[in-house]
Amino acid sequence: MSYSVNNNGFYGDFGGAFIPEMLHHNVEELKNCYLDIIESDEFITEYKALLKDYVGRPTPLYFAKNLSKKYQSNIFLKREDLNHTGAHKVNNTVGQILLAKKMGKTRIIAETGAGQHGVATATVCALMNLPCIVYMGKIDIQRQAPNVARMKMLGAEVRPATSGSKTLKDATNEAIRDWIANPEDTYYLIGSVVGPHPYPDLVARFQSIISEEMKTQLQKQTGKNYPNKIIACVGGGSNAAGAFYHFLENEEVELIAVEADGKGVHSGQSAATTELGTSGIIHGSKTLMMQNSEGQITEPYSISAGLDYPGIGPLHAHLFKSGRGTFMGATDQEALDAAFELTQLEGIIPALESAHALAALNKLTLKKDECVVVNLSGRGDKDMETYMTHLSC
Amino acid sequence: MNRIKETFQNKKDILNIYLTAGYPQLNDAVEIVQELAKQGVDMVEVGMPFSDPLADGPVIQKSSEIAIANGITVQQIFEQVQEIRKTVKDLPIFLMGYYNQLIQYGIADFLATAEKVGVDGLIIPDLPLATYQNEHKKLFEAHHIKMSFLITPQTNEQRISEIAQESSGFLYVVSSYAITGGKSSIEESQLAYFKKIEALQLDVPKLIGFGISDSETFNTACKYAEGAIIGSAFIKALTNEGDLKTKIDKFVQKIK
Ligand SMILES: Cc1ncc(COP(=O)(O)O)c(C=O)c1O
Repeated sequence: MSYSVNNNGFYGDFGGAFIPEMLHHNVEELKNCYLDIIESDEFITEYKALLKDYVGRPTPLYFAKNLSKKYQSNIFLKREDLNHTGAHKVNNTVGQILLAKKMGKTRIIAETGAGQHGVATATVCALMNLPCIVYMGKIDIQRQAPNVARMKMLGAEVRPATSGSKTLKDATNEAIRDWIANPEDTYYLIGSVVGPHPYPDLVARFQSIISEEMKTQLQKQTGKNYPNKIIACVGGGSNAAGAFYHFLENEEVELIAVEADGKGVHSGQSAATTELGTSGIIHGSKTLMMQNSEGQITEPYSISAGLDYPGIGPLHAHLFKSGRGTFMGATDQEALDAAFELTQLEGIIPALESAHALAALNKLTLKKDECVVVNLSGRGDKDMETYMTHLSC
Repeated sequence: MNRIKETFQNKKDILNIYLTAGYPQLNDAVEIVQELAKQGVDMVEVGMPFSDPLADGPVIQKSSEIAIANGITVQQIFEQVQEIRKTVKDLPIFLMGYYNQLIQYGIADFLATAEKVGVDGLIIPDLPLATYQNEHKKLFEAHHIKMSFLITPQTNEQRISEIAQESSGFLYVVSSYAITGGKSSIEESQLAYFKKIEALQLDVPKLIGFGISDSETFNTACKYAEGAIIGSAFIKALTNEGDLKTKIDKFVQKIK
């Protein structure tokens, strides 16, 4: 079984580029040049230098002693929360902005849900002196005010998406429509392993730095270059794709993807795509997604805006369907509990998204001699308002 | 009977009007198409409302949202076409929608039902040409359902000829870099593009769409193609106060 993308942009049954003709030229252009550019020595040198000096990589692989004691196992945290801008998202935006520059693009557009990808995009646009327009659902603009402020200070224009459900999926639609209307100068800097081929592969490659570092760090810290389990949360799936990437072919490693169950899988307020979804087409990709029998995409729910997406990337749909990945869910409450637990035990306030991955520790039977890596995709500063509400009750 | 072929053979300056099924009211498509036919409109494109219509601008998006809230389903759209066909015999009817809607309905069932109720062709902007050729074309042909693919100012000549060849309904010439309803006038650069397409002398009829909104833009488009498609401007007209029939008559009479 292969877990890499094939020549047609598919992972098994999933992926492809189901896009209107208006996007054909843009997507072809990207498809035809991305590998040559990002695999060139010049690119790799620039990319790695920025990751080191600007982003602050490598991020530590931290042995969480107190957490390990609690769960009677050996738990490591991959500290993506320590990246510049506070999440893994910047690994991807640094890569794509360099790519956009090499392609001669002069205007950057992006979508954002929680605002983390928007901030990471606005950041690299400021660095590269490129104009930046971020589409964000009107509802998300209201619930993620600090990140909206950061984007504005960084010089980005935040455009509210007012169509449909006014959240991430609609922001993505608006970004794609912008790209249709501005095909020549504009680069669409997508934030997860979603969208038409080659985006899922492109973003997975940029995020794969996470598992690349993990291998070296594990070798050094445990004497073995792979863990028994890797746990990551899945919104679109970029931090999980990056954490799994170099272990996809190593069947000794259990890959655990945690989705947001929201208020409960069957509560009608959930974002558990593999539980509730069926195969269909969302944002140009054939994948698992939440929809009704008419093919209308349904609105997901999660306490964490970053997991509030009605699909998952095609790689993850393939991992789910093939059985290579273990998929589970964590509710809002379970994520909150896990966030408070990590904070109290280790003095680390995680992002609400990452807290979903942590919540899986409670649901798994971990062995004493096992090595478990939790991908701590982001820090919790942006979620303080939510945490404070729950602290008082 | 091939309604599409006959229309292109017998008529000039073809006016194709887009409407959103289920808008403004759930069953209005029946009356709207009947009235459009009476007013001498040559062809219609019935939009199947989709929650995430990537190729559509704000006006059509909004009408789709309202139609979905009204409860429109693909099945009802088929029933409405069947009802329309009781009185409207010769008018070519296209359905326009997104690939996911066909997949969820089941492509074979969709095509069989479409043929049965009297649909002539489909426009599915996000169905890739290669997927159509490799997976669906035979079934489309077996059910006599024609396809219309889009070309844009960025589509190169080789691809245009490939797309034209597979466009058994008509070739949908997208007028500019835009989603539907994008612009209100036709610019010089667009004229140059229309001329370029005209000069290719493709042996498939062409309709220009996106941003055609009034008699002026319609007449300009007709100079370079067999006709044009009006969508957002018509939907906007339906949004005004007044009874459906009057709004439709007024709109069509201003164009034709
Ligand atoms: C900290 C953090 N983790 C995870 C995610 C989910 O995205 P993905 O599944 O692409 O990693 C987000 C998205 O905003 C995020 O901000």
